[in-house]
Amino acid sequence: MSHWIAACAVDDIEQEDVARFDHEGRTFAIYRSPDDAFFATDGVCTHEKVHLADGLVMDHIIECPKHNGRFDYRTGKAQGAPVCVSLKTYTVKVEGDRVWINLD
Amino acid sequence: MIRPSEPIIIVGAGQAGVRAALALREQGYDGSLLLIGDEPQLPYERPPLSKQVLLGSREPDQCTIGGADLFMEQDIRLLTGVRVERIRREISSIALDDGATLAYSKLLLATGGRVRTVTVQGAGLAGVHYLRTIEDALQLKAQLLPGQRVVVVGGGFIGLEVAASARTLGCSVTVLEAGERLAARALPPQLSEKLLQLHRARGVDVQLQSRIEAFAGTTVVQGVALEDGRNVPCDIIVVGIGIAPNVELAVEAGLAVVNGIRVNHRLQTSDEHIYAVGDVCEFPSALTGRTMRLETWRNAEEQGKHAARTLLGHDENFSALPWFWSDQFDYSLQIAGEPHMAAHCIERPLTDDGLLIFFLNEQQQLVAACGWGRGNSIAKDIKIAEILIKARRTIAHEALADPAIGLKSLLKGTSDA
Repeated sequence: MSHWIAACAVDDIEQEDVARFDHEGRTFAIYRSPDDAFFATDGVCTHEKVHLADGLVMDHIIECPKHNGRFDYRTGKAQGAPVCVSLKTYTVKVEGDRVWINLD
Repeated sequence: MIRPSEPIIIVGAGQAGVRAALALREQGYDGSLLLIGDEPQLPYERPPLSKQVLLGSREPDQCTIGGADLFMEQDIRLLTGVRVERIRREISSIALDDGATLAYSKLLLATGGRVRTVTVQGAGLAGVHYLRTIEDALQLKAQLLPGQRVVVVGGGFIGLEVAASARTLGCSVTVLEAGERLAARALPPQLSEKLLQLHRARGVDVQLQSRIEAFAGTTVVQGVALEDGRNVPCDIIVVGIGIAPNVELAVEAGLAVVNGIRVNHRLQTSDEHIYAVGDVCEFPSALTGRTMRLETWRNAEEQGKHAARTLLGHDENFSALPWFWSDQFDYSLQIAGEPHMAAHCIERPLTDDGLLIFFLNEQQQLVAACGWGRGNSIAKDIKIAEILIKARRTIAHEALADPAIGLKSLLKGTSDA
């Protein structure tokens, strides 16, 4: 069963950037790629639990703000030490000026 | 890949040694691999010790760098609680304190450092603590009870992190720093001032230019006597005055050692079969070529990974920039590059008391950046600064100073962007 939630406005995130979205005690990171696609992952790094939205997006990679942990935010895949556990990803859709994520 | 008949042996199971071992496997080394640590526990990360472990928000088993399973999966033979007594270079072997002798094909020294200790009268009293190991952290944690009077000797990062943790736990805390400002070796004056203001605002009594005469007490510490005649009563003392590199094995083996074990751009010592990484090694800076020794988590990580590649025969220079962070209460600071190279210093004020400081050389190239802000708010900017430093581009002062200009826009044209 899908569980769509409006996360933010399209204009809240610049191209090649990330924003934090909190919902019912959970934290997510919403990404806007250089080619204007939106993606979503769990919001904290699997290594040291810091918020990924404080990190730097370069192309399709998010780098955690503390320890250089890198993930491909399209797949959630960890890109090497010190992170080894990948991020959970969520389906995203854009309707009008809103970005929605499916929490299931 | 040629598989040597003898193992690669890594001496030291801290951040650098463990990262090197794991990186050797990631890079395809399938020969015998031995990791030796003198502490009894599984290898662990040190940054949480002065913060989460003292505060009780993380247990020791949550600080490990992978668990026992990881080393088994990776076929890394891990010896803990074992000390290496001697390197015998002439026969490419090491002698352990249990009498065993082990031959190596290549040897990596990641022996780290140990705390510098004070030698004043009363230094051996009960209640005097240091913080380097997980045992140290657990012993100190048990003493940091609400209402305890804690004196921290040393206003560097470890001392200040302990002070913040102790204050958060409800202790009354005094920091005694001999110098004129906090963390002066690492920080520019502006950030020393930010640290001072934050600690004082949170109730830490910071006393600058305070030199210790003696620790007072009969069996248990009761106070600190200062050279100027003052006395600071206390129940606990935590000494945080830096670490000394564990170079004895290397010295005894006749390797080149100055401020640390001297290595070249490939992290190779004066013996081509022996490498050194992390807190213990002194290496040439990628920016200046000058030798430096860094006691940071990131340096241990980067050098561990790099040594793995050079151990496997890749001829690559170590080129990572110095980078450091510290958390203090709910603020953090980060430093990238080498601020001492600067001819110019540009400030960019941020919202919420945050601050970025950029350091440029005479050619207007960025050589370092420091950031101060709530949580990890400055992390993104410091990462961008790192890319700009590596790119060696000239950058206009006005662009760096103006908070309205996104730093990311300055990346255009850099090869890493």
